[in-house]
Amino acid sequence: MDPGLRRDDNGVAAGRAIAMIYVIEQVLNGAQFGVMLFLMAAGLTLIFGIMNVINLAHGSLYMVGAYVAAAVFGATGSFLIGLAAALAAAIVVGIALEVTLFRTLYARDHLDQVLATFGLILFFNEIVRILFGATALYMRVPDFLNGRVEILPGAPYPTYRLAIIAVGLAVALLLYLLIARTRIGMLIRAGASNRVMLGALGVNVTLLYTAVFALGAALAALAGVMAGPIFTVESGMGESVLISAFVVIVIGGIGSIRGAFVAALLVGIVDATGRAYLRPLLALFTSRAAADSAGPALASMLIYILMAAVLFVRPQGLFPPRGR
Amino acid sequence: MKRQLIAAAAAILLSLPAQAADNIKIGFVTTLSGPAGIIGKHMKDASDLALAMLGGKIGGVPAQIVYGDDQFKPDVGRQVADEMLKRDKVDFMTGFIWSNVLLAAYQPIIQSGTILISANAGPHQLAGAQCAPNFFSASWQNDQTPEAMGKHMQDQKMDDVYMIAPDYAAGRDMMTGFKRYFKGKVAAEIYTKFGQSDYQVEISQIRDANPKAVFVFLPGGMGIQFVKQYAQSGLREKIPLYSAFTADETTLPAIGEAADGNYEVGFWSPDLDNPRNKEFVAAFRAKYNYYPSFYAAQSFDAITMIDRAVAAVKGDVANKEGLIAALTKADFPSVRGKFKYNTNHFPIQNFYLLRIGKDSDGTYVRKIQKTVFADHADSYAGDCKMK
Repeated sequence: MDPGLRRDDNGVAAGRAIAMIYVIEQVLNGAQFGVMLFLMAAGLTLIFGIMNVINLAHGSLYMVGAYVAAAVFGATGSFLIGLAAALAAAIVVGIALEVTLFRTLYARDHLDQVLATFGLILFFNEIVRILFGATALYMRVPDFLNGRVEILPGAPYPTYRLAIIAVGLAVALLLYLLIARTRIGMLIRAGASNRVMLGALGVNVTLLYTAVFALGAALAALAGVMAGPIFTVESGMGESVLISAFVVIVIGGIGSIRGAFVAALLVGIVDATGRAYLRPLLALFTSRAAADSAGPALASMLIYILMAAVLFVRPQGLFPPRGR
Repeated sequence: MKRQLIAAAAAILLSLPAQAADNIKIGFVTTLSGPAGIIGKHMKDASDLALAMLGGKIGGVPAQIVYGDDQFKPDVGRQVADEMLKRDKVDFMTGFIWSNVLLAAYQPIIQSGTILISANAGPHQLAGAQCAPNFFSASWQNDQTPEAMGKHMQDQKMDDVYMIAPDYAAGRDMMTGFKRYFKGKVAAEIYTKFGQSDYQVEISQIRDANPKAVFVFLPGGMGIQFVKQYAQSGLREKIPLYSAFTADETTLPAIGEAADGNYEVGFWSPDLDNPRNKEFVAAFRAKYNYYPSFYAAQSFDAITMIDRAVAAVKGDVANKEGLIAALTKADFPSVRGKFKYNTNHFPIQNFYLLRIGKDSDGTYVRKIQKTVFADHADSYAGDCKMK
């Protein structure tokens, strides 16, 4: 039913209040999806922006995080130990990948990188299938977050989802401080603007690259862990979120953390509100049956339409890094 | 040296097909990976059990089941089926969880003359205009099961029901079936992405619409996520959730108490009281140590059905007409108790109201409450030209 058009309420005011709650709920849903995309996109945009590598296997690091967390959480009963193990595992895998594979890819063109990292996707999907089996794993919501918070009277919202938003915002703030206020952040920004000059100034670019890659891997794993109890932990889970994460970095401007943050929230909220409002909106113009079938189809296209629109107005994305 | 290696490799390659000297091959297409992989596991385990109980023979002839993973995708399912027909030269095709996969693979199989027995999917097209002599269902027509829920909720005089199904062939069939018998007000009819795993947006919509009840068809992983998220949202205590093909023995281990007390409908349940079913459930639990689902029961029936038909033609699987005549008679021990085919080769069968609860060991199972439909035929048989 359309918000604001309720029949069974005591008055317009009550209807408005409930419609308001509904809008807030859908914005929260969008924000929660958005911050998860941000965690993925932040690593992706750093790696792409600074090292100029297209890393399709970024979704695999997300999957590694989810699997390790699900396994360790299941074995120990502690979500936090699972989270720590997942971050550690992703950092180790990330560094191993950077040292063994990506170093040889920096000088190659994008097509080679796409091929090599696509191969990694197949490799990781198969290895988790061998290690954990073909059937999906299910992660519980940790007990200390398994409740509901009344965001407004009469509108409870799952605590776990609020926690995701809080963690995402906290990570965004930490990343902002890291990039804007620290020496490493300065080097990362310099690397995004001009890598050759950075090396010429005597900075150990190799080490910087490894560190950035490990950071990206840890962020992807964090997203994977948090996604575990909401989505299913399965082989190939990284691909769908990776596509959305690429949309985010393209909209935000490749190499820009700020752009990734704004774009991720934008994509999350557009996706959620599209799923919520497009069908009733279409029903105003067409028959209900047509709206029922076109609504979901159009809603799943919405973020790509958004990307096309942003690129039309700003081909470099919303916040392109300076100096290029 | 290199030549010797090549020769050795060639010898190994050539020796492989020689091992598969079975006389009868059954191609079984199902989903073995991803969140729906658990359904495929139930079907494969049940088929393996059926073949083992027959001593590895179908109609007295040594037999083999070739499994293929459709990966939850119609194009892959069609390709797997094609390979089974051309490379493995299977004598029967069965399996098929998903209506969209079956519809994609249907024409090539039917045109090849191979006998196809759906062990799950029952899209309305195949029951009506596209029915074929060499197609049989070991399950149901899609509309039938939700029709039972529609009838039950109508009988309970319910009104203002919010409906959710995935946006694919069976999703539309299920909602059509429900509405055929449910005459109350429909608050909304929502189609979500096939394979969607986050339903928070839809749950917010339900909270806003505030209906009297929710009816969902979300099979496999989709149902696990929805039912858990619905319970997490706190709506479960306010708006009762009714479902079809959503909370069953494949998903209950993952859903757990979030589905306790929910209502489902079905033609079968582990506690269905007949000797053949008791034998099946006991043998299945002894071998695999978990409860069989209806997916398992249908697969078990499909293999048994093939066995009896091959026995009727005395192992001559080239005699397609004889096989079809034997299958149409449906003279086989079914876990349903009795089994009868309609003119369109879909079963005429009972449907029961089921409720989720714990068994004596604390495992969540579906239990029969009452019979909603006795000898229920599907609504499309009239469109089928076969008599």
